[in-house]
Amino acid sequence: MSLNKQDVQKIAHLARLSLSDNESEQYQESISSVLTLVEQMQSVNTDGVEPLCNPLEMTQRLREDAVTESNQRDSYLAIAPQSENGLYLVPQVID
Amino acid sequence: MHSQNITLLAQKLRAKEFSSVELTQHFLDRIKQFDTSINSFITITEEKALTAAKIADTRISNGEKNPLIGIPIAHKDLFCTQNTLTTCASKMLNNFVPPYESTVTQRMLDSGSIMLGKTNMDEFAMGSSNENSFFGSVKNPWNLEAVPGGSSGGSAAAVAAGLIVAATGTDTGGSIRQPASFCGITGLKPTYGRVSRFGMIAFASSLDQAGPMARSAEDCAHILNSIAGFDEKDSTSSEAEKEDYTAHLNQPLTGLKIGLPKEYFGDALDQEVAKVTLDAVKEFEKLGATIVDISLPNLNLSIPSYYVIAPSEASSNLSRFDGVRFGHRCDDPKDLLDMYMRSRSEGFGAEVQKRIMVGTYALSEGYYDAYYLKAQKIRRLIKQDFVDALSQVDVIMGPVAPTTAFKLNSKTQDPVAMYLEDIYTLSVNLAGIPAMSIPAGFIDKMPVGLQIMGNYFAEAKLLNVAHQFQQNTDWHTQTPTLAEGV
Repeated sequence: MSLNKQDVQKIAHLARLSLSDNESEQYQESISSVLTLVEQMQSVNTDGVEPLCNPLEMTQRLREDAVTESNQRDSYLAIAPQSENGLYLVPQVID
Repeated sequence: MHSQNITLLAQKLRAKEFSSVELTQHFLDRIKQFDTSINSFITITEEKALTAAKIADTRISNGEKNPLIGIPIAHKDLFCTQNTLTTCASKMLNNFVPPYESTVTQRMLDSGSIMLGKTNMDEFAMGSSNENSFFGSVKNPWNLEAVPGGSSGGSAAAVAAGLIVAATGTDTGGSIRQPASFCGITGLKPTYGRVSRFGMIAFASSLDQAGPMARSAEDCAHILNSIAGFDEKDSTSSEAEKEDYTAHLNQPLTGLKIGLPKEYFGDALDQEVAKVTLDAVKEFEKLGATIVDISLPNLNLSIPSYYVIAPSEASSNLSRFDGVRFGHRCDDPKDLLDMYMRSRSEGFGAEVQKRIMVGTYALSEGYYDAYYLKAQKIRRLIKQDFVDALSQVDVIMGPVAPTTAFKLNSKTQDPVAMYLEDIYTLSVNLAGIPAMSIPAGFIDKMPVGLQIMGNYFAEAKLLNVAHQFQQNTDWHTQTPTLAEGV
């Protein structure tokens, strides 16, 4: 499995990563080699095999619908790159 | 003081041979003396440690029994520690001081152990050599030109060098066992769900599991007693009762059935590692065990299955690092998208970005069935191999890694070669069973680990098997000769 440079740039965009041309080329090679490594899966017959997503095959545990957390807004905002008036600040989204 | 086990240290603390403050100071001094050359710590919490040690001395004087009270330990820098920097060895979290405590570190605090600092690792636990750390490679105390293994390489190196009594690690594909093998210490990856993942910075959530790294199985048992058990804050935490993991350490091994999977002794395995492994197995025969030849036919498929599942889950987990709520944000973003993209590219190292992209590709529209779903089906085949094998035998033994610790920079140019290093450890995480690495010998003065795998929730059995070996051998008591730091 081999990716071209446009594939890599598309994946990078989906993953919200910004790559230089040089980096795209390097990742093109290294990601392709991983995809080649995993290609041997396709030769295995898995007809009728159920996918395994949790090794203990647990089902989702539910809890009471009750408030258990206290308000931690100040301590969470204290570690944010930028905040103001109790809100996270990001670059302007709407003109 | 730095070569004694937890049981002995606990006795001496109670006999007032030394105080926890003195013990803590002794290890802090050793870290200062030797860690400039090993680089096993990212953060040292000297002041907090000495304050906690004073409290521990009072608890001991008051007659409290927990053997971990006053014992100096370290945590992998992947566990969130309230008000103490937690970086995951990434530039992304270079300034991250968590507002909350992980369950593992909270339970270790409650047990009275003293945290001396946070250990180095591969960035976001992605690596097998500790060369992917924003804070520089960790060096193997047995040979400073060799890697300590990864991703919990800092924890393994610190324990091996006697800079700490024990440490925590995490294991997603071998990250406790392989560095334990490379550094000549004892490490245990518990059953998936046995130890809470709450407050562990997530890598691959269906594989991640925390466990102890120490100088002996007995020390690991003390730590597992503290950290194991149900936690309502982790949605995949098991409700199975925890045990006293020290209770069965002394059971004789007469009649123990050990499975030797032929796939673990194929061409990939260094012949000298094979010999050390088989010599260790012979030692178990002397202790009354019998050997059964078994097969785990899908072993080779664990590499492709893992390198789809782990990056896929990582790409999802690491989407939280967006420069908005915590972690690195780029300078002067021109808009929201620019902020996301530059913050992430500046914050993540190359291996992390690569795995995020592999996972993004595997989960993207049109590819999900061929990659993620296929990998999960193969995961079931791998699990079934272990279920079948463990219906015939009590434990499975084999090598941890194909070789001893390799030289720094020897595999960084060939990432696929690095991935193949994980062949003997990945399948355990895919199946979710517990496994250990214990010191079993040396090749050219470098340690070799023996892997012991067991059934779901059979941690007590694994620790019993490992402890009996350690009662009859002295590989685990060997220590490297350290040079003072430059």
